[in-house]
Amino acid sequence: MTRNRANKPSGAVVAALVSFCVSLLAMGLVSSLYAAPKAPRPDTAASSQAFLQVYRVFTSPRCQNCHPAGDAPLQGDDSHVHMQNVKRGKDGHGVSAMRCDTCHQAANLPGDHMPPGNPRWSLPNPRQKMVFVGRSAPDLCRQIKNPKENGNRTLEQLYDHVAHDGLVGWGWNPGDGRTLPPLTREETAKQMRIWIDGGAACPQ
Amino acid sequence: MTSFVLNGKTVEVDLDPATPLLWALRDSLGLTGTKFGCGMALCGACTVHLDGKAIRSCVAPLSRVEGKQVTTIEGLSPDSSHPLQRAWIEIDVPQCGYCQSGQIMSAAVLLREIPKPTDQDIDEAMGGNICRCGTYPRIRRAIHRAAEMAPERNKS
Repeated sequence: MTRNRANKPSGAVVAALVSFCVSLLAMGLVSSLYAAPKAPRPDTAASSQAFLQVYRVFTSPRCQNCHPAGDAPLQGDDSHVHMQNVKRGKDGHGVSAMRCDTCHQAANLPGDHMPPGNPRWSLPNPRQKMVFVGRSAPDLCRQIKNPKENGNRTLEQLYDHVAHDGLVGWGWNPGDGRTLPPLTREETAKQMRIWIDGGAACPQ
Repeated sequence: MTSFVLNGKTVEVDLDPATPLLWALRDSLGLTGTKFGCGMALCGACTVHLDGKAIRSCVAPLSRVEGKQVTTIEGLSPDSSHPLQRAWIEIDVPQCGYCQSGQIMSAAVLLREIPKPTDQDIDEAMGGNICRCGTYPRIRRAIHRAAEMAPERNKS
């Protein structure tokens, strides 16, 4: 009996051990509650994948027809050069007797092949052409991140441009007889958000 | 009711504001010098000036011209003395003539903005004005001739 009793931990020791363990648990719990949340690491893989989705939209006719490589706008789902020898001009609004609003109104006109319209109908100005046509996905990705090539926009301003700009929005309301971009505007904005939040990674 | 200044005089038209300006000019106001060609802004026959800029009246809704200045071929000059009109007569530009008022109205904007246009300037300004008779070489010559005449008129 005496030996058994001697081998058993005393009540005081058990209490101390239990108290110690509870304290450790409590400290862990408290520290986990009060520790600063770690910023999630940018998901660059998801980001570059999202850009590839956005790229499909940017290179669809409704977007790229007004982001041509030359100084003439493009037309149609085959992105042919605009008829009537239309030119970009010094301000992106055409030349002398052939300004954009010579034919384009403030809104789309009903009927196939009628001139589409928007109050700000124009090309990018010649000092910053923002060319989409012919750009690979990595090239266009780098280009639109560069303030010297994107209208001096931050990434957030770029997001806002895609998500809310009125002229950009025409792409999803192009009038009769014109196909829509492959993603809705909301989905495009969502992919832009994933791209930006993931570090605006560019595909290789 | 849509009110605007037509060739220097205020006019009022009681039509649906979505009506193309062309029909107000031709049918309501009796100015038939401006022609209907395609109705889709593809040919330029209906060109007039809106606040001095060329527009295609066949697709411009009346609401667009409210309170503004519209000039048609009839108002380009009071007596057909505009250098373009004189050059057109001198060089005998028209064949059938149907597109010519539109051609002259576009050329008038070109000359006001570029008084001595190059062939390229002419091609870029006039590319939206189609001539089925193919009078383009004479149109080009007449624009160059009008550019020469303009200073002469200013001297007189």
